[in-house]
Amino acid sequence: MDFEDSPEEAAFRAEVRTWLDANARRRDGKRDRLVDELETAAGDELAASRAWQKTKAKAGYARITWPRGMGGIGGTPMQSIIFGQEEGKYDVATGAPFAIGLGMCIPTLTTYGSDEAKKRYVWPAVQGDEIWCQLFSEPAGGSDVANLRTKAEKGEDGAWTINGSKIWTTGAQFSDYGILLTRTDPHVPKHKGLTMFYLSMKAPGVDIRPIKQASGNSGFNEIFFTDVKLPDSQRLGEVGQGWQVALTTLMHERLAVGGGQGGGLDVPQLMALARELELEDGPAIRNAAVREKIADWYVRSAGLKYTTFRTMTALSQGKQPGPEASIAKIVVASKLQDLSAFAMDLEGEAGILQGPDAPMQGAFQGGWLGAPGLRIAGGTDEILRNIIAERVLGLPGDIRVDKDVPFNKIPTGR
Amino acid sequence: MNFDFSDDQKMLKDQARKFLSEKCTTRTVRAVFESSAHHDAALWKQIAQMGWTGTAIPEEFGGLGLGYLELCVIAEEMGRALAPVPFSSTVYLFAEALLVAGGDAQKKTYLPQVASGEIIGTFARAEGPGAVLPKTIRTTLKNGKLSGRKIAVIDGPIADFAVVLAQTSEGAGERGLQLALVDLKGAGVTRTALDALDASRGHADLVFENAAAEPLGAIGEGWSDANRVLDRAAILIAFEQVGGADVCLAAAKDYAMNRYAFGRPIASFQAIKHKLADMYVNNELARSNAYYGAWALSTGARELPLAAASARVSATQAFDFAAKENIQTHGGIGFTWQMDCHFYYKRAKETGLVLGPQRAWKDKLVTALETSNA
Repeated sequence: MDFEDSPEEAAFRAEVRTWLDANARRRDGKRDRLVDELETAAGDELAASRAWQKTKAKAGYARITWPRGMGGIGGTPMQSIIFGQEEGKYDVATGAPFAIGLGMCIPTLTTYGSDEAKKRYVWPAVQGDEIWCQLFSEPAGGSDVANLRTKAEKGEDGAWTINGSKIWTTGAQFSDYGILLTRTDPHVPKHKGLTMFYLSMKAPGVDIRPIKQASGNSGFNEIFFTDVKLPDSQRLGEVGQGWQVALTTLMHERLAVGGGQGGGLDVPQLMALARELELEDGPAIRNAAVREKIADWYVRSAGLKYTTFRTMTALSQGKQPGPEASIAKIVVASKLQDLSAFAMDLEGEAGILQGPDAPMQGAFQGGWLGAPGLRIAGGTDEILRNIIAERVLGLPGDIRVDKDVPFNKIPTGR
Repeated sequence: MNFDFSDDQKMLKDQARKFLSEKCTTRTVRAVFESSAHHDAALWKQIAQMGWTGTAIPEEFGGLGLGYLELCVIAEEMGRALAPVPFSSTVYLFAEALLVAGGDAQKKTYLPQVASGEIIGTFARAEGPGAVLPKTIRTTLKNGKLSGRKIAVIDGPIADFAVVLAQTSEGAGERGLQLALVDLKGAGVTRTALDALDASRGHADLVFENAAAEPLGAIGEGWSDANRVLDRAAILIAFEQVGGADVCLAAAKDYAMNRYAFGRPIASFQAIKHKLADMYVNNELARSNAYYGAWALSTGARELPLAAASARVSATQAFDFAAKENIQTHGGIGFTWQMDCHFYYKRAKETGLVLGPQRAWKDKLVTALETSNA
């Protein structure tokens, strides 16, 4: 048992460092930014992200596990992790704007799209020229995404007309393309009447409206489709097979090994606060209740860190990671919410403030406002527990009262 | 990155599981619970014959000299099986105290006997309810004579020897503390078996009146020696706890899949599924923290105190949660004597308190964090 690289891994790491030294500046003790996980870059930052993405794509480091010429080097997942570890030590722009496109949309396109489509879209996405978003969730279908209502109707000319709306779409406001899950047949049970398309977010009839979140930020959007016309060539997979296509997309989402969720707000920041504050009985860091909380959250963070090490070990040995990788978001999101609330309680009346007016530039208020979204986005705490229960522990699925019911006969409530 | 046990270590683990699943079922545990015995002597003998007691003891002291990673995988299996034998007291505490603080002659005398299973050893620290602090140690060691009282000593009723934390100079606090090794069969030792929650292990009051004892380690080192022993034992017991917690999850799942209510298996209700998912999350975090502890223990890393406290806090929380929610999943039958659930509930509490409570370990953890950040 050790934390050392294998000789091959060490050689790759050295190669990556040499390349990074030549192409970027080291952080030199500059602290990580505390970011709202659900935010993505815009404006100048987006330009910087595109430039860095292009540099990486040329060198084959944009998508390491993909083939050469597609932004990769045909590398292993472990090499991808090593690159991420090393890249994190340099002062470079975030790759977040491209994560959904490259992690989910493009893999779906390469699985189901035509050769022409692959030729047209993959490279611009890899090098950051074109950004993609994922259009699945709807006002009537969040956790139950197959309950979606956006309609696609085929006309006499073979083209499709889209009407409806999507919601919680990350990054739609600066996206060029999206993959779109629609209902093409409401007369069959809900999973059977779906069809997947891709479309330009600039197409006539697409209206993108940012949603202002509880934090005041706008990382998500609502999208309205009014008589949007799509040629049949923009269909991905067969008509009525949209759910199978969507599962491919979501599978790619889960293959991504857990990263720095939680915006970098954790026990070290809580300890830094506790060292500065005086409580009724002396320095907060000496207070037994504070110490107990620090320990509780530390063992969860450390447990996750070493769980990631176990996953990386499996990857390093060429194995598929086990189900232990699936627990990260449940642990991180709740911890962020509880830890932030506790820190604000320590701050006392000053905890009421936010942003630069609050202690530590409002870091904990930011975490507290971001945490509810983190507990919901990309699978709620409840859905993730269902996934662990059913896929990891093998417990039975829920009884689905809408299973064999045609979609247009399913009760809709309010 | 190689943060996993080796194939040989996994094979050893499989062998241990196979042996214990045959020789140590919950019927074995129940037999000890329901008798006046404090352990299963036949099982203990077989375990010693296989050499498990000498797993991490160097060959020069009669052990197998395998190492701590091997001992960790055995510990997990002992925890799964709730083995009613004085393994943790003899191997994780007594032998480790000798390795931490003993002189060469002492190691040569006692460790071969531990490895061969000839002697049972234990470790005695607490003298009453509440925190154990240098100032609460009133047992004295003077001119090779030990006097005082230790409470709730694990495997105290059957142990041959104990390592005891004692004060050499009244009022000296930590500066006067020293470990002492005492023959519990000798003159001046009175032991009284106590009624403990987990009756698959014995617990005793030990009273010393001028009992012959030999110093183990130096005067003034007793407190830090004891803490070093506790750190090592905490990691090994964390593996036992992780093993126990996994059995609780499997038992809860098995029951929930086969128990029908309202016309369906209760495992199909989200209230049960989410409970079991939470058990799984806690168990995985605890396992990962225990692995880090195993790494620190096997390499003697500087991070050992932090790794030990993390492994212990995490595993204690996981085992406690899994044991109590296993009973809850079983419903009424779960808290009957006839079911096995209560064995795990009690073992979870026993392992969670035997090296000192969570509160104390959480404080140690933060102290270690402060040191590592300094």
